[in-house]
Amino acid sequence: MSRELHRFKGGVHPPEHKAESTSRPIHAAPLPKELVIPLRQHIGNPARPVVEIGARVLKGQMIAAADGYISAAVHASSSGTVTAIGLQPVPHISGLPDLCVTIETDGRDEWVVHAPLDYQAMEPSQLRMQLRDLGLAGLGGAVFPSAVKLDPGASRACPTLIINGGECEPWITCDDLLMRTHAGEILQGAAIMHHLLGSTTVLVGIEDNKPEAVAAMQAAAAGMDFAVEIVVVPARYPGGGAKQMIQVLTGQEVPSGKLPTDIGIQVFNVGTAYALARAVRHGEPLISRLVTVTGHVLRPQNFEVLIGTPMHTLITLAGERDGATGVLMGGPMMGVPVPDLTVPVVKATNCILVKSAALFPPLPKALPCIRCTRCADACPAELQPQELFRFARAGDFGRAQEYHLFDCIECGCCSYVCPSHIPLVDFYRYAKSEIWAREKDKRAADLARERHEFRQFRQEREKKEKAEKLAAKAQAARTHAALDQAQRAELAAAPAAEVTAVSDADAKKALIAAALARAQAKKPDAAPRNVDQLTPEQLRQIEEIETRRAKIRELVRKPLESEQKNP
Amino acid sequence: MPSPFILDRSSVTQVMAWVLAALLPGIATYVWLFGPGILITLSLATVTALAAEAAMLKARGYPVRPFLTDLSAIVTAWLLALSLPSLAPWWLIVTGTLFAIVVAKHLYGGLGQNIFNPAMVGYAVLIVSFPVQMTQWAGPHELTAAPLTLAQSAAVIFGGDVPRATLDAVTMATPLDALRTGLLQQLTIDEVMTHPIFGHYGGVGFEWLAGAFLLGGLLLWALRIIGWQVPLAFLAGIWLTAGFLNFFDAGRFGPPWFHLFAPSVMLGAFFIATDPVSGATTPRGKLVFGLGAGFLTMAIRTWGGFPDGVAFAILLMNLCVPLIDQYTQPRIYGGAGKEPRT
Repeated sequence: MSRELHRFKGGVHPPEHKAESTSRPIHAAPLPKELVIPLRQHIGNPARPVVEIGARVLKGQMIAAADGYISAAVHASSSGTVTAIGLQPVPHISGLPDLCVTIETDGRDEWVVHAPLDYQAMEPSQLRMQLRDLGLAGLGGAVFPSAVKLDPGASRACPTLIINGGECEPWITCDDLLMRTHAGEILQGAAIMHHLLGSTTVLVGIEDNKPEAVAAMQAAAAGMDFAVEIVVVPARYPGGGAKQMIQVLTGQEVPSGKLPTDIGIQVFNVGTAYALARAVRHGEPLISRLVTVTGHVLRPQNFEVLIGTPMHTLITLAGERDGATGVLMGGPMMGVPVPDLTVPVVKATNCILVKSAALFPPLPKALPCIRCTRCADACPAELQPQELFRFARAGDFGRAQEYHLFDCIECGCCSYVCPSHIPLVDFYRYAKSEIWAREKDKRAADLARERHEFRQFRQEREKKEKAEKLAAKAQAARTHAALDQAQRAELAAAPAAEVTAVSDADAKKALIAAALARAQAKKPDAAPRNVDQLTPEQLRQIEEIETRRAKIRELVRKPLESEQKNP
Repeated sequence: MPSPFILDRSSVTQVMAWVLAALLPGIATYVWLFGPGILITLSLATVTALAAEAAMLKARGYPVRPFLTDLSAIVTAWLLALSLPSLAPWWLIVTGTLFAIVVAKHLYGGLGQNIFNPAMVGYAVLIVSFPVQMTQWAGPHELTAAPLTLAQSAAVIFGGDVPRATLDAVTMATPLDALRTGLLQQLTIDEVMTHPIFGHYGGVGFEWLAGAFLLGGLLLWALRIIGWQVPLAFLAGIWLTAGFLNFFDAGRFGPPWFHLFAPSVMLGAFFIATDPVSGATTPRGKLVFGLGAGFLTMAIRTWGGFPDGVAFAILLMNLCVPLIDQYTQPRIYGGAGKEPRT
């Protein structure tokens, strides 16, 4: 191709390990007995369940609706009965359980009524609503709701559309296999995106280590009724990152803190384009995806998997081997560990990577930073990772932000090349989460201060108003008194007045005594303000949270393992 | 344990091992030109450095093995040994090495924490404290009697009974010393240069040693152990300053090639100024650091109290590193407030 390619700075060349899983064709994973479908499979608000326990659902039926603009619906991946809606373990970096709908499948795999969408005749906003209700989200890993990204916004057009077939992470091959086998449908998806975004240029970026995929896509592109250019880009991690792909293909950079749309570019993963084509041309919601199962298994390969299928069934299908030392969702550079293999495959699951001691030797102990700046040379965001590390470790988060901590894409290149084997990305994640936590605290404090200030203002105002009222009243009374002084004097009976005065004084004394007694009784359980209204349960929780936070802080602030003193 | 789960095969030990390997051409040339005495100096410095490193790690409560095997102490020892006169007495070598490891490295916090290059701190302490002993340089074999054998060198280094005449027959002033002395005697550069010690570019023999260090340095650059910025800027700093002075008064200032082809300059440019721990980290900062060190080296050579200034120049630039780094932060991807790249 004649397109002039550009270079992104940094990057690394880890061993690819792609051949292991590309030699076998795609297999459809069998229907599991039970599907566990999380309601939060995308960025944004989790979907709201719209089915009840005991309800029979059909394949492709919406079981949870999108909640708000940045959200996506969730669907039953097969027909069956809803047996539970509750917290279940899910594959997420936090390791926390999340709300899921459990479906006992009936084996009939019976489809809900669905029909193609006539996207060219539809109002774009209506089509986007449909896509949101069909659960479309980015399948490259970030799972951002696609309907949002397909809105060109105020600019009304997004001149450049990039379909990302980079797939730069080692081991993962699902996009490669998808391009080899479904090139036509990927480009049909691209045609729909092109239509919605009003793009003038459509580019497909594919790394040069996937020649079969390139050939298939080129063949398919020739048969398309719109101009689409298949561009082969040099394989270098993280070349499949959206920002890097944009830079390589267009020479443009996404400004710091902005989105690709701000420079008129939108990027979608090939899997997303395929899912979009299925959604529009067949009316099928996103209920399955390709998943690479590889690493320490007997038959590494790609599976077409229903969302909600437990991960261990896929490992069994690929042939479990002895000596596995753990499982990752995603690749070795950015994947997350899966501690519990009962967790389901979700929309973000592109790869299940089984580790072994041979393939993934335990990481050596970290030594101190020697400031060699190999990390800076490898950083595709062009940051100074050694400085960020120093600031994060010292707890100097302000400086870390000044050195652009939030431009870090956590690709892991710095940790990969570090000769001191420092888990640099961990330090950046820690610093980011601390900054977020502090900002949250600060917002809460600001709100409390504002409330307090308003209360003071209100009390001042009330006092003033009262005083004004009293003054007005007194004025009125004086005028009144002056007028009827003679009359009032006559009416007042001297003995009655005396009696009232005495009883008034007695009542006052009694009241003061009672108040004193109350105060005395209260004294022993006087507690600091703000916590005196809490139940013991809440107090216990607060304490737990505080100790946990202290522990985390301790853990991260602790010197690197190797620097720890001998006992 | 979060991502990434794989690592490149590099390690601190590997980096240090390559630095040591890249010094071998220089050491071989040294032996060829000045006799095998340097091997004794190197060994003594190595043993002292390892012992001091182990003792300090132990005293500070650190695990000894992982830090001792990172080879950084040996790098310090070799760099110091190669900076010392080849026939320096044993106690000079031991004192310098101890100061480098104990004070300049460990009292500043150990590997990665030292502000100053430890080898250069050791050298600076010695030249300030023992200026006389720091001049006992063997001359190149072309100009002196046959170089001392290993046994004779050992005798000199360990204070054995060596006839003064034998020693005088093999030692002589270094080219930079000769230049300095000559200029102090109000001779012009042309008159000074008639001294037999001056060769094609640098001093006789010394220029070969400089070439061997240059070769090792290029190896480190080819392996991406060091970047090009510091060495190139350092050499440019020397060349430009020397060239500027020489251009205006060739009678009082030596030619730039002579200043460039000193072993101390090549060792400094490729092995010492490139020390990542005590050097600048940003690309532009590295250029500033190198240029500054080159300029200061020439300034000290020309107007200072010592014949050579590489060590002090690098130490002074070490001092400026935080400032240099802060003001040379590069533009990042996406600009972050700065103007977008075109």
